[in-house]
Amino acid sequence: MAEPLVRLDRVSLSLGGQQVLTEVSLAVEPGRIVTIVGPNGAGKSTLVKVALGLLPPEAGHVHRRPGLAIGYVPQRLVVAPTLPLSVRRFLAMAVPRARLADMEQSLERVGAGHVLARQVTALSGGELQRVMLARAVLRRPDFLALDEPVGGVDMTGQAELYDLIAGLARDHGSGVLMVSHDLHVVMAATDEVVCLNRHVCCAGHPEAVSRHPEYLGLFGPRAAGSLAIYTHVHDHAHLADGTVGADSPHVNGPHGHGPDCRHG
Amino acid sequence: MDEFLQRALAAGLGLAVVAGPLGCLVVWRRMAYFGDTIAHAALLGVVAGLLLGADPALGVVALAVAAAVLLAAAERDRRLASDTLLGILSHGALAAGLVALSLMEEVRVNLMTWLLGDILAVTWTDAALAWGGGALVLAALALVWRALVAAAVDEDLAAVEGHRVGLARLVLMVLVALLVAVALKVVGALLATALLIIPAAAARPLARTPEQMALLAAAMGMVAVAAGLGASWRFDTPSGPSIVVAAVAVFVLTRVAARRG
Repeated sequence: MAEPLVRLDRVSLSLGGQQVLTEVSLAVEPGRIVTIVGPNGAGKSTLVKVALGLLPPEAGHVHRRPGLAIGYVPQRLVVAPTLPLSVRRFLAMAVPRARLADMEQSLERVGAGHVLARQVTALSGGELQRVMLARAVLRRPDFLALDEPVGGVDMTGQAELYDLIAGLARDHGSGVLMVSHDLHVVMAATDEVVCLNRHVCCAGHPEAVSRHPEYLGLFGPRAAGSLAIYTHVHDHAHLADGTVGADSPHVNGPHGHGPDCRHG
Repeated sequence: MDEFLQRALAAGLGLAVVAGPLGCLVVWRRMAYFGDTIAHAALLGVVAGLLLGADPALGVVALAVAAAVLLAAAERDRRLASDTLLGILSHGALAAGLVALSLMEEVRVNLMTWLLGDILAVTWTDAALAWGGGALVLAALALVWRALVAAAVDEDLAAVEGHRVGLARLVLMVLVALLVAVALKVVGALLATALLIIPAAAARPLARTPEQMALLAAAMGMVAVAAGLGASWRFDTPSGPSIVVAAVAVFVLTRVAARRG
């Protein structure tokens, strides 16, 4: 297995007197997509910031391969309305020597080919999200950190953007660390899922995680059902509301909490 | 034209040139309260300078820069740098400065001069300081400009893309402090921040890029300084408020022009 681009070893961090991360370990290797899922307040964005070096951990270690080209899409970008800034300039800030054609191409790839001359503050939420992804892609990143990269993007757009991200990992060998709420789509396009609730509840291949009692405890059996739909592994029965029947071989009980799950 | 007006005009125009780009950064980064706090702390510097028997201007520079460094450190802790705390610091420093000045019975200080600015108080040294110091401030600003604009968009993004965000922020705070210290005689402690904010806001509707806005802000600041000082001389009004009223008039004009256009 290739040497990881980014590796976190037993990282702990508290913010404002509250423990946000406890002994979290994960690694992102080239060409692999690692997705963090978890409820609100689980520390997902914090974990991404620790991986990027924006927040220093209180305990544990963060290793980033030296000279890593990083593309980052933060959860939310609020550009002050007082700042005059065109999309073109916003892209050029990320890659000062980028050619106009490259900028146009990266915007085309995220389905925002028409916005180059627009002001950033005039973009809609979904457009801004696409532009931020284009900006991250333009940097030809070895490592992509994406904090809910498709928030505010319409449904068809979401699928296209996830395809683009998967393509980057496959063709360019980028390692991707992604936060998402979008369980079913993510599960289908992810190499590894880390289920986070201030600590790592469980981690591994999507199939395995989706059967893990702690995952089911956090998201309920409905989430496991969504996964099954999108990966088209129909070896179980759906109830009328779309949940997986309790007698399915996948699901060991509708709600199981693990011994060290501290939520709820 | 009287010589004191020439001196004030020379100093004021120099200030406006520097205040343009600095003011844009203050506006983009929502640092207006920082400017106020520094200006008010500078008033304490007048007292400190007088108490130590030094030139009040030295005390002003020292306290303004010290306040900037402290605030830059406090801004790292985002819970501390709230509007409320800055409001307390800003008005606390102003009140403490006023109390201390009034307690100094043996030294007669013209309080209004420091609060509102006085063109009669401006010397050729001040004018030289405004241009010489201003050139240095602009040179320093040019070095960190790209990092500051990137950080104005998003500090985390800027840091990930290799900009030294913390250092750039510290430089900006110190440069604002230096400008405020020099501006004190012309505009006064109460209104020093206005010289930063109003020309930048007036430039906003006419600008398409950060640099355009910085240049336009400098130009509009110069117009406001010239018009305000002229009015101050003509109508015998305090120079600071006159300049600020002129700046607000420019602001209203560009808004109206942008609506029409």
